[in-house]
Amino acid sequence: MNLLHNLESGDFAIISGINAANAEQSLCKRLMALGFRVGKQIEVMRKASFNGPLHVRIGSTDIILRESEAKLIQISH
Amino acid sequence: MKRIALLGMPNTGKSTLFNRLSGASARVGNWPGITVDLMSAKLLIGGDIAELIDLPGIYDLHGFSDDEQVVRHFLSNNEVDLVYIVLNATQIDRQLSLALQIRSLGIPSMLLLNMQDEAKRAGITIDTPRMAEQINMPVLQLSAKYGNGCPELLQKAAEILHKNKEKTSVDDVAKRLEADNQIEAEMQSIVENAVQIPTTLNNDTSDKIDKVLLHPWLGLPIFILATLLLFQFIFTVGAPLQDAMAWLFDTVRSNILEPLLSTAPSWLHGLLLDGIYNGVSTVAAFVPIIVLFFLVMSMVEDSGYLSRAAFLMDAFMAKLGLDGRGFVMVLMGFGCNVPALMGTRVMRAKGMRLLTMLTIPFSLCSARLQIFVFIIAVLFKPSQAAWVMFSLYMMSLFTIFLTALLFKGQYKNNEPFILELPPYRFPTARQIWLRGWQEVRHFLVRASKFIIFGVVMVWLLTNFPSNVPAASAGTYAGQIGAFFSPFLDPIGIDTQLAIALIFGFVAKEIVIGSLAVIYGLQGDALMTQMAQNLDWVQGMSFMLFSLIYTPCLSTIATLKTESNSSAFMWVSIIWSIALAWLVSFMFYQGARLLGF
Repeated sequence: MNLLHNLESGDFAIISGINAANAEQSLCKRLMALGFRVGKQIEVMRKASFNGPLHVRIGSTDIILRESEAKLIQISH
Repeated sequence: MKRIALLGMPNTGKSTLFNRLSGASARVGNWPGITVDLMSAKLLIGGDIAELIDLPGIYDLHGFSDDEQVVRHFLSNNEVDLVYIVLNATQIDRQLSLALQIRSLGIPSMLLLNMQDEAKRAGITIDTPRMAEQINMPVLQLSAKYGNGCPELLQKAAEILHKNKEKTSVDDVAKRLEADNQIEAEMQSIVENAVQIPTTLNNDTSDKIDKVLLHPWLGLPIFILATLLLFQFIFTVGAPLQDAMAWLFDTVRSNILEPLLSTAPSWLHGLLLDGIYNGVSTVAAFVPIIVLFFLVMSMVEDSGYLSRAAFLMDAFMAKLGLDGRGFVMVLMGFGCNVPALMGTRVMRAKGMRLLTMLTIPFSLCSARLQIFVFIIAVLFKPSQAAWVMFSLYMMSLFTIFLTALLFKGQYKNNEPFILELPPYRFPTARQIWLRGWQEVRHFLVRASKFIIFGVVMVWLLTNFPSNVPAASAGTYAGQIGAFFSPFLDPIGIDTQLAIALIFGFVAKEIVIGSLAVIYGLQGDALMTQMAQNLDWVQGMSFMLFSLIYTPCLSTIATLKTESNSSAFMWVSIIWSIALAWLVSFMFYQGARLLGF
């Protein structure tokens, strides 16, 4: 299973699921509200130095999130 | 009176719209069911007076952050006539879910698609009549930033208010919400029918700026350099303005007030001129620098650079048990600690929120900035001034990091870190002006409340009992100073400074005002006298203590209400006074040991 944090900057992928088993309900809702929905295309813009957050783009929304949150997002190519 | 609630997602320009509609007339008020203050303003809508309430920005009505609970409780406990739902038109494809959630509550609503200008530039077209039909509420496109669509918005609201005579209340918001998958499906269908979004959405300008400002290695150095340049700008422009103000107050005193009060009894002359006028005018001379500071701050806040700072600093902040947002709050705290403390409401994990709130009071706020500008001007050469100021900002950050590091074990949490990155925006002159004016008003309110009270108290303490010379050891002020001397002598703080510090507990704006009263001087005369009484080691020790000990009563009150815990408030007070004393002690004794 491919997860978002494995992508490198510049990579594109399609969101195939949010790993709800590992995420509490409210976090899932927050992710959904920010545009993390199954079938959407996601692009990794950059990764911050020292294992810092990822900068991703879904549609017209830019979002930064930590690796621990990126691990909740399942992707396919 | 009619009541309209303004509700929307974060970063949709909701506050910009609120400011646009309210002008500068907004007031803070209390509301049933919620413990926090909300801004509200009175508007004239179609012959009715309506109250517009600015609710916090939320992603989701189900959410568990404090902000989301505030909105839920507000809607449950307060009847409203209309809800304005503000969404970002460029992000309509994901934000529409909030409008559908509100609709399921049955409150009359209007959907406002803000940032029309940006959506247009991005090539997004929205068929508003069609969307209105499908979502079953009026839909308007507008630009709060430039004011397009605002007249229509009020006109439409007037129609709705006219039609519905009764207010609507919602018993239990949580129960009334429709199932999410239903909302999800409906959102998709509305977006497909009424919105056209180009397949590739590129914000080239923002992307190009990000390539430089978020550069893996250059990002942080550029951020630090940019901050330094902004401060340099504020002082270069602000210092001459401050001198001009001081000169003006001096001239008014000697040419107008002195002759006017020459026949008044000496106690009244003393209270009015040496007390209130000296104290207040010394503080008021800093108004230009403070205005300038907030203008620059509001420009940076609106530009979108602060969330980039969160991106750059998150890895470091994570080591301290905080996250990138905590760093942004600290930067906001450079303006005023109180709104920065309130800003922590977006955090959901209690531990993260408390730890961030414990660090914010160490953020060098604009009131403390006044003290430092003043003392530095008294005791240091102009060529040294910038470096002394820089070292104080570094000290502020150091105490913040140290506090987080020491307390992170007590406030463990696993708060997720997800943050939206808005495109770079340049605020309009009107936005900057409105913001600057709000800050000036805030300052004047504080001035009338705290500063006058403070300087009158200081004048009384330094002039009574009346049988001893003013400001001598026999006065009440002298006795208080003597009482605290075992505590303050080891850090080089004399009686005069001690009184200023004690009143600084109320508000830092009082500190230099009370110094003016204690010395009975103002302007250049005050500076000359102080330069004779103090050396730079004492001055630095005084500044370090002022920087680190509790900022003001408002901050303490906010700490208590936001944490809902007196124990937490006391931890913050005791820790900051202890740390202030320790740092000043080490600096003062260390410098003396080294022979300074």
